Amino acid sequence: MTTPGRTTAEHTAADTLEGGPRRGRVRPGGRRGVPLPLLVPALAGLAFLLLPLIALLVRAPWRDLPEQLTGGEVWQALRLSLLCATAATALSLVVGVPLAWLLARTEFPGRGLVRALVTLPLVLPPVVGGVALLLALGRNGVVGQWLDSWFGITLPFTTAGVVLAETFVAMPFLVISVEGTLRAADPRYEEAAQTLGASRFTAFRRVTLPLIAPGVAAGSVLAWARALGEFGATITFAGNFPGRTQTMPLAVYLALQNDPAAAIALSLVLLAVSIAVLAGLRDRWMTAS
Amino acid sequence: MTTDLDTSGEGLDARLVVDRGTFRLDVTLTAAPGDVVALLGPNGAGKTTALRALAGLVPLTGGRLRLDGAVLDRTPPESRPVGVVFQDYLLFPHLTALDNVAFGPRCRGASKAEARAQAAQWLDRMGLADHAGAKPRRLSGGQAQRVALARALATRPRLLLLDEPLAALDARTRLEVRAQLRRHLDEFEAVAVLVTHDPLDAMVLADRLVVVEHGQVVQEGTPADIARRPRTDYIAQLVGLNLYQGRSEGHTVRLDAGPAITTTEVLTGPVFVAFPPSAVTLHRERPTGSSARNLWRCEVAGLETHGDQVRAALTGELPLAADLTTVAAAELDLHPGAPVWATVKAAQTHAYPA
Repeated sequence: MTTPGRTTAEHTAADTLEGGPRRGRVRPGGRRGVPLPLLVPALAGLAFLLLPLIALLVRAPWRDLPEQLTGGEVWQALRLSLLCATAATALSLVVGVPLAWLLARTEFPGRGLVRALVTLPLVLPPVVGGVALLLALGRNGVVGQWLDSWFGITLPFTTAGVVLAETFVAMPFLVISVEGTLRAADPRYEEAAQTLGASRFTAFRRVTLPLIAPGVAAGSVLAWARALGEFGATITFAGNFPGRTQTMPLAVYLALQNDPAAAIALSLVLLAVSIAVLAGLRDRWMTAS
Repeated sequence: MTTDLDTSGEGLDARLVVDRGTFRLDVTLTAAPGDVVALLGPNGAGKTTALRALAGLVPLTGGRLRLDGAVLDRTPPESRPVGVVFQDYLLFPHLTALDNVAFGPRCRGASKAEARAQAAQWLDRMGLADHAGAKPRRLSGGQAQRVALARALATRPRLLLLDEPLAALDARTRLEVRAQLRRHLDEFEAVAVLVTHDPLDAMVLADRLVVVEHGQVVQEGTPADIARRPRTDYIAQLVGLNLYQGRSEGHTVRLDAGPAITTTEVLTGPVFVAFPPSAVTLHRERPTGSSARNLWRCEVAGLETHGDQVRAALTGELPLAADLTTVAAAELDLHPGAPVWATVKAAQTHAYPA
């Protein structure tokens, strides 16, 4: 199974991992002297990335678009997508920022391994993530059976399940981004705060957190965008129930089989949201540097 | 090294031992309230480690730390009555000067309004009332230094630590800030310890110098004492003296390596002999009829200008530094490799027991 809507998020993620956008762009000395063996594949690559987007715009049923988009199901799916992505980002922030701090600022045995495990969902096929979530939190899962019998909580195939699936896939983006910012931030500010009477937690809250705010914001946007496009883990763990677990990517996939025009319309909406996010991200990065 | 242990006494009583495998710091520091002590030493001597150990940012692997009678060996930094002015100040960039200074009182339990009122007073004392609302990046180096000092003092510490307090400033600001800092340190009623590699900063700011090399105290005393009687090559170089070690018999000091030096002091046993480069007179021909008691045959190894003076580094019978005017250097036709005779009057040397 392929995962539509994944590429955009991953390209922006890769940029952040290498610190590209924050360090400013490298501008080679003009167009002169670009060797053909580099120029031709570069342009081919660019065309390959742009072509599908252009095709989407060219084939879009512009005339029927208002009609396509006024359907209640579209807004239901979009609303659910935005809601779940935001909840997943919030959840990622609550546990991901402390996790990033732990990885960046403390020494403990096996830290390298923990860090590798945190980043695993970045490379793991999301479907596998969904299966793993089912085995952990499903009704008969390792933890899920106790949640069910003790608290009566069932997570699979619920909106909460969507949020969890998205968090599982998106949180590593936030952790990696925040950890990088933390490593770049001078830890001696925390020491200075401590000598002024701040506990380590107060130092983190009042000094470190404001200092790394741009990194946290960038990481949140990345995580949000990734959560918005999440498909594999969501459909595996939460299913595809309109109004409850059917997010936009799922709706697109479903529509593509019955009503391609509707799929294109939905894709356009997601594309618009992605571009808006990217634009917002650019502004943030520009002002942060 | 031995120290009187006054366990009940006020002030600082510390033996700081920090073992890092390849590097071991073992420094004893005592100071009474009102004292300003400078830890002076070359880079990598362990001065900053000592300071961080006093602040609690580096754990002690041995020794003890008492401040006003209270044992602080295991106290975390936030609970120590210690204020630190860091080398590059580390003012919180997202807070205004006022909020930087208010940070400490706030952490120590003052209400927001109270902390800000105290901070405003401190800034006023530092002559920075007009800059209370400025973010650190809008402050000049000298202003930032004063905000950092105000921030450290605002917690009313019983021990004030300053890490290279003037190193981040340019030469002109430095002069002014040094004088201001001296005034603030004079007013400070508790112990102040500053770390520096600059002998002038140490001598202007501190009442007492503790010279640290390779993690050990090699000499301590008043600035005047240390400037007059250096005991290591590093200190001699800092204070600009030629320093030799030997055994004295009567007026003659026989050096461990090299010739003898005639002095005016009468001492017996191991001694140091020091004389300033300005006490050395150079001649191209062997001088006749010179009243100087010390005469050595040397060779110019190198020359450098020191203001309107030329400092000649000499090798030969006795390696030494000699100062002479640019005119004299030209007349003597000094150049690396030139043979010269160096004379020093006995009265210009100073011998003291090793």
